[in-house]
Amino acid sequence: MKSDIILRVIAKLLMPFTLIFALYVQFHGDFGPGGGFQAGVIAAAAVVFYSIIFGLEAGRRLVPGWVVEKVLATGVLVYAVTGLAGIALGGNYLDYFVLDADPVTGQHRGIFWVEVGVALTVSGVMIKLFYMFAGRSREPEDA
Amino acid sequence: METLTINVLLAVMAVTVTAMALQRNLFGVVVLFGIYSFLMATVLVALDAVDVAMTEAAVGAGVSTVLLLGALYLTGGTEAKPSRRPLLPLALSIAVGAVLVYGMLGLPGFSDPGAPIHVHVAPHYLEASVRETGVPNVVTAVLASYRGYDTLGETAVVFTAGIGVIALLRRRREKESR
Repeated sequence: MKSDIILRVIAKLLMPFTLIFALYVQFHGDFGPGGGFQAGVIAAAAVVFYSIIFGLEAGRRLVPGWVVEKVLATGVLVYAVTGLAGIALGGNYLDYFVLDADPVTGQHRGIFWVEVGVALTVSGVMIKLFYMFAGRSREPEDA
Repeated sequence: METLTINVLLAVMAVTVTAMALQRNLFGVVVLFGIYSFLMATVLVALDAVDVAMTEAAVGAGVSTVLLLGALYLTGGTEAKPSRRPLLPLALSIAVGAVLVYGMLGLPGFSDPGAPIHVHVAPHYLEASVRETGVPNVVTAVLASYRGYDTLGETAVVFTAGIGVIALLRRRREKESR
């Protein structure tokens, strides 16, 4: 699909909007529909879309595979460390009330970091799955 | 009006599924699968479950369609004719479906306010979530705060599934280069 100019132009036009929409879904998830999972999938879909139109190699130049692996592991760590922060500050695991002097602000802070963790893991796994599947050749491999 | 919309959408979904079962061209099946997911997402929007609808549209219609097309590229595009008539699997599917329908008869009515799920902790979430968490979207409050353990588990499941696939596919590639 690399040679089709219409697809290339449309893809370039859509990319920034898709990524901004992912960020909107991520950070506006407290008020409207959305959250880490949805934002992660939308961001991953943007990268997958880019890779389909411009080729897998271009996608891997944009977001290298090893970066994706680090990202998908970092997400779970961010979530788990948010839980540990609750213990460190004198509460229970995943207790957000103690994350700030004001309990409601603490809740906001906890939910924010937890959603960041979810988004990182989900987007990482989605992109990595696509890279793994798309990177395989058609020739039968010896089992 | 809402009930009518949902019923029409569900009827179109049933048609889509029938078309999928009859279709031998797997490319067509994947496209129908995407259509099914978008219809499902529309039903969820009509039910005011916008968070789930977004997930369905992005995962069901978006990413899994791409992954299925990727799999199709590797396997070829036509479904093989079954070697014999699949009567036993058909009977088994119908039996399981009948059992599920029978089990569904015991569930409380749709959007019944007296259903067990609506009288346990849900009223507390709806009543107290804004005061306790300051988050107006109660879905986010429940997922990330009240049910933080569950969501941590879900994230771990996604992570585990991801590294499982990576481990499986990468080992094969290394074997190839040897």
